Amino acid sequence: MVAPTILEVSKLGCVRGDRRLFSGLDLSLAAGTYLQVTGPNGSGKTSLLRILCGLLAPAEGEIKWQGENIRSLAEDYFTSVTYLGHRHGVKDELSAIENLRISNALNGITVSKERAAEVLARMGLAGRESLPARLLSEGQRRRVALARLLTCSTKLWLLDEVMTSLDKRAVALIRSLIEEHLAGGGIAIVATHQDLDVATGLSQRLELAT
Amino acid sequence: MLRWIVWRDLTLAWRRRSDMLSTVFFFVIVVSLFPLGIGPETQLLRSIAPGVVWVAALLASMLSLGRLFANDYQDGTLEQLLLTPQPLFMVVLGKVLAQWIVSEIPLVLIAPLVGLQFDVPRETLWILVVSLLVGTPVLSLIGAVGAALTLGLRGGGVLISILILPLYIPALIFGAGAVEASIMGTSPAPHLYLLGAFAIVSLIFSPWATAAALRISLE
Repeated sequence: MVAPTILEVSKLGCVRGDRRLFSGLDLSLAAGTYLQVTGPNGSGKTSLLRILCGLLAPAEGEIKWQGENIRSLAEDYFTSVTYLGHRHGVKDELSAIENLRISNALNGITVSKERAAEVLARMGLAGRESLPARLLSEGQRRRVALARLLTCSTKLWLLDEVMTSLDKRAVALIRSLIEEHLAGGGIAIVATHQDLDVATGLSQRLELAT
Repeated sequence: MLRWIVWRDLTLAWRRRSDMLSTVFFFVIVVSLFPLGIGPETQLLRSIAPGVVWVAALLASMLSLGRLFANDYQDGTLEQLLLTPQPLFMVVLGKVLAQWIVSEIPLVLIAPLVGLQFDVPRETLWILVVSLLVGTPVLSLIGAVGAALTLGLRGGGVLISILILPLYIPALIFGAGAVEASIMGTSPAPHLYLLGAFAIVSLIFSPWATAAALRISLE
């Protein structure tokens, strides 16, 4: 039996400045799919992910989420998507706990202090959760951003180069998080140069060329 | 939701108190330069007081508006704010409200003190406070559109002034007009009503315009 398609991309094209990054891109992703997007620098990995989360309007083509165009879903689409870009989205002045709680609250999820501390401990930040984020290392700030994956209940994860500056243990942790997410019927689209070796039945690979 | 955004921005502002204080000091210093430069000519000082205080308030809010979205833009949190499941104009409204509380309210509170240097009557100082209280939301709301449009541009600070200061002119005319009317002994009410109307119009249109500008800037 073929699993029904949840995210469908048809004839997607992207133009940045006067350069065409890609065109005629088709994708159909069912629940539990892991899609790895690879390609050289400047091939449009970030642009593709930003188009898929709705931050960027595509030059042509359309994206359908559960049969509906994401442009017409507008804010409703964002309840199903978590996007983590290569800029962390972590506030330097706030502590790890505050960062996690506020970013969740803005997405309509209440996270108690205890729960936030628990999640951050799983991300390997035990004992550092009350420090202002500016005192954390690059990799630790990345972990604060990634902690959101443990608290969100979204179906589509878009992760852009999130493995940069993470150590081996953190990468393994991300892999297990993604595997849990896929097993729960989620979709993960990851732009990365490193192979994650995610264990899943539905794995796709998209290679963008320059 | 609105509550969380306001709380977040107030917390951030509190952790960077120096930014807030620099705006207030700028306002105080600019206003104080005029009596020092002109000398003790009471009549002249009284007649320029409304304009000077209002112009200083406009310039001071230019300083803080540059930061309204820039910090969030740099660390990527603005992207995340755009991706929250709520109308973007609510996010904008929350941020503008926080900016007004942090950067404009202190100006309103300190205005009567700096106004004393111009030897204006006491009831005029009250009108000055009221006019700023009604007028500063206009500055924050319209300024937010400019801040969103100039986001990520080099030299955005100067550009935002060129873009936004002309739009402040109605607020300046009615705000300073109210204070002037009070000095002349006529009723400041018509000016204040017009200023209030201007505030309501900008409250209705500016969050939408800002939201649209943010989407364009982040593409």
